[in-house]
Amino acid sequence: MSTNLADPTRLATPPTFQAVSLSRRIKNGFATTLVWGAFLIAIIPLVWVLYTVIQRGFPVILDGDWWQKSLSGLLARQQGGGAYHAIYGTLVQGLVCGIISVPIGIMIAIYLVEYGGRSKLAKATTFMVDILTGVPSIVAALFVYTVWITYAGMGRSAFAVSIALVLLMVPVVVRTTEEMLKIVPDELREASYALGIPKWKTIVKIVIPTALSGILTGIMLALARVMGETAPVLVLAAYAPFINYNLFSGPMASLPLMMVNERNNPTQAGFERLWGAAITLVLIITLFNLLATVISRVLAPKTK
Amino acid sequence: MAKRLDIKDLNLYYGKFHAVENVSLAVPPKNVTAFIGPSGCGKSTVLRSLNRMHEVAPGARVEGKVLLDGEDIYASTVDPVEVRRTIGMVFQRPNPFPTMSIRDNVVAGLKLAGVKNKKELDEVAERSLRGANLWNEVKDRLDRPGGGLSGGQQQRLCIARAIAVQPDVLLMDEPCSALDPISTLAIEDLITELKKDYTIVIVTHNMQQAARVSDQTAFFNLLGVGQPGQLIEVDDTEKIFSNPGQKATEDYISGRFG
Repeated sequence: MSTNLADPTRLATPPTFQAVSLSRRIKNGFATTLVWGAFLIAIIPLVWVLYTVIQRGFPVILDGDWWQKSLSGLLARQQGGGAYHAIYGTLVQGLVCGIISVPIGIMIAIYLVEYGGRSKLAKATTFMVDILTGVPSIVAALFVYTVWITYAGMGRSAFAVSIALVLLMVPVVVRTTEEMLKIVPDELREASYALGIPKWKTIVKIVIPTALSGILTGIMLALARVMGETAPVLVLAAYAPFINYNLFSGPMASLPLMMVNERNNPTQAGFERLWGAAITLVLIITLFNLLATVISRVLAPKTK
Repeated sequence: MAKRLDIKDLNLYYGKFHAVENVSLAVPPKNVTAFIGPSGCGKSTVLRSLNRMHEVAPGARVEGKVLLDGEDIYASTVDPVEVRRTIGMVFQRPNPFPTMSIRDNVVAGLKLAGVKNKKELDEVAERSLRGANLWNEVKDRLDRPGGGLSGGQQQRLCIARAIAVQPDVLLMDEPCSALDPISTLAIEDLITELKKDYTIVIVTHNMQQAARVSDQTAFFNLLGVGQPGQLIEVDDTEKIFSNPGQKATEDYISGRFG
């Protein structure tokens, strides 16, 4: 018996590398199971909700009348009609809220990032915004009810709803805009100053355009969120089955309010309207989210 | 164009920290002055004080005078925005505006100052890009984003942007430290050309670069951690690199530092 010294597969010393140890394989398997489990737990209710909403609501919204007619003059058990009045209400209340919230929110964020620094006012503002972020929508609604309706003597109206939504939307806009402005590199501000461009112009022409895609995405997501809020419409606007274009007086429908209303309607017509309104709201919000993605793609700084 | 700078008894602070002490220095027109010295010695801080960029940092403070052809840029009646329009700056890392095209980057200073005439802006863009030796590389894609250029091209774009507003003085804060040797060479050639029209002050960590491009060299040093940086000596570049007046300068340029 002679050992072949030239055999390259024989090692003179014990090998440096070994197979993955049993304990590591067990830990790996355990962690993998946990992650997959968490994923399934998260995905099951999501798919279930979507399935329910689509299965019950989709046939309803296929009818052209759904998008063009209100429920004016129809009895609760009568089928037909549409959700135009509620879609209009949801969009217009959200839009008015956005028109008020966006400038306020962006200007607060500009103050915080570009001017406030570590001043007391900036700290106080950040603190207030934090508190406002945590205010439940029902509290915002009741606050507006107290101040706007009881105290100032205005009636319940779509505009009151918009004001309550502003309270919910402003902190979200401030937060997202603040984050987006913060990630604009200081080098760009310095480059602009070094060209003899004043600070305000640097903010308007350099900083905001650089952050614009993120800011608009944040606004779209905030809008999508407030349009689904139910508490303000329940407290501050009465439901109307007909179209009301007047923001400042009279009852106005919205999709969440329509759902609450039709839930009390035990007939087949009520069931259809409830799920039709649900899928319509989901669709509108999805549309806004898609719009946010498109905007951020189109406006993002390019390199090609 | 091309004015002289006189720095007199300049003391610079960040909050309570005394960053640079008693700097006095003359920068002649149409001349390249290099600032060299170890990290943290305050050479960039001095450079940034020359167009009032130092005070942009929170808590930053300036004492002393900086005279541009005899006019104190720190006089209480002077608008810092005007100073920066007159004394341009190129930064360490190329920083083109990401939302703008190559052309708009070059004319950003003029456009944001209110110049609207398209023909005039196009002329300025071409003249500045030619001045920065970038025209031939980008003339076919002026409307493409500036971020798509290579690092060296971006830095030349930033130089074009700085000279488009026709400053009297050009400050450069380690303009080649993020670039490869070929791009560095391109920028150095450019500096030699720009010297015909501009007064240039350049901060560099690369001593060969200082020796290659500058006419005058200022050596900054700091005596210890937490101490303010000081100007050790300033002289003709040739003399600094062959026969410096101070032991510290000789140690630094010959690599026996620290």
